[in-house]
Amino acid sequence: MPRLAFDPEKTAPILISGRSMAENKTGIWRSIRPQIDKEKCTHCMVCWKYCPEACVDIASGIPEINMGYCKGCAICADVCPADCVEMVEEVAR
Amino acid sequence: MTIKTSIPESELLSAGHLACQGCGATLAMRYALKGLGKETVLVTPACCWTILAGPAPRLSVGVPLLHCPFATAAATASGLKAGLVAKGDEKTQVVVWAGDGGTFDIGLQALSGAADRNEDILYVCYDNEAYMNTGIQRSGGTPQKAWTMTTQGKGGSERPKKDLDSILEAHHIPYIATVTPGYPEDMVRKFKKARGIKGFRFIRVLSPCPPGWKHDSSDTVDLSKLAVQTGSFALYEIEDGAFRLSMKTPKRKAVGEYLKRQGRFRHLTEKDIVEMQEVVDAAWKRYESRS
Ligand code: SF4
Ligand code: SF4
Repeated sequence: MPRLAFDPEKTAPILISGRSMAENKTGIWRSIRPQIDKEKCTHCMVCWKYCPEACVDIASGIPEINMGYCKGCAICADVCPADCVEMVEEVAR
Repeated sequence: MTIKTSIPESELLSAGHLACQGCGATLAMRYALKGLGKETVLVTPACCWTILAGPAPRLSVGVPLLHCPFATAAATASGLKAGLVAKGDEKTQVVVWAGDGGTFDIGLQALSGAADRNEDILYVCYDNEAYMNTGIQRSGGTPQKAWTMTTQGKGGSERPKKDLDSILEAHHIPYIATVTPGYPEDMVRKFKKARGIKGFRFIRVLSPCPPGWKHDSSDTVDLSKLAVQTGSFALYEIEDGAFRLSMKTPKRKAVGEYLKRQGRFRHLTEKDIVEMQEVVDAAWKRYESRS
């Protein structure tokens, strides 16, 4: 564990977090999955705004859900003004 | 394609965090950090976020986070701020991020001390209205009549919710605000504003908790908005003693609309709901007379 330069000896070492929790793929928690109807989507990005996992990617101008992290909370389906997100049963592979 | 978003696009909350599905406290952190920016350090006592942050060395936020004992958040943050200033860093914003247990109850003494000294820190309480991390025990933030593991079979919590904002106001601090994640733009605006103010600032976030409030994970945003639209939770700012409602809601929805969507209020009778409506109406008389 790293010590800060000015740390006196014998004090407890300070643990500095250097890795992201993004290593933790929470998509496996999901029992239902959101599906966006690309035809009906108006690109308002309200789903992005309210996703508690911050896993809706809007860089391309259309919302893309990262299924590696989506926990299937269904908030996006609830808030979508165009009503174009449907929650479907996740099937075991 | 460039898109215009109503809140900043840059993200300081990483996916992969350990919150329950639909957690209001993660949305709260997401919006708070959008308002605060990267030059921030968080101090977190025992609360849900102790877990959500992740086991070290992994971390789910893009700023440093210091874990501290339950009762000491405001004291730890005061020391951290003094240390940064001693090192010549006046810029980094020190932010306490604590739950209602660590604020209303266990951390109240340290909080009062830091507010009294007008320490230059921002204290944030994400208030999910019970000790959720340890399994839904009643806290000073639990509303009257709400079911918790420690108020079962008694018609819910016997005591009213502690009026913490008034306790803070009695400390004559420069800034107090209330926010809730149903209104992200309001949240980002208030955190940005709080960052620019010197002295002790306090923000309380009403934070829906699906397992603790016993509601569907998809209802988090709806309930957060309903809390405001029914007047159960008022959005306001108190700047140097001047009180201002952030949203006037002249036509409030019936409080029952908010209560009936939550399993923790399932046992309420119609008479209970009428009583709770009266409490909300009385609170609004006070708010309106002040603004
Ligand atoms: S909320 Fe609905 S309409 Fe808006 S971007 Fe998301 S999926 Fe598309
Ligand atoms: S279901 Fe929940 S976690 Fe998944 S993309 Fe929608 S809001 Fe995000």
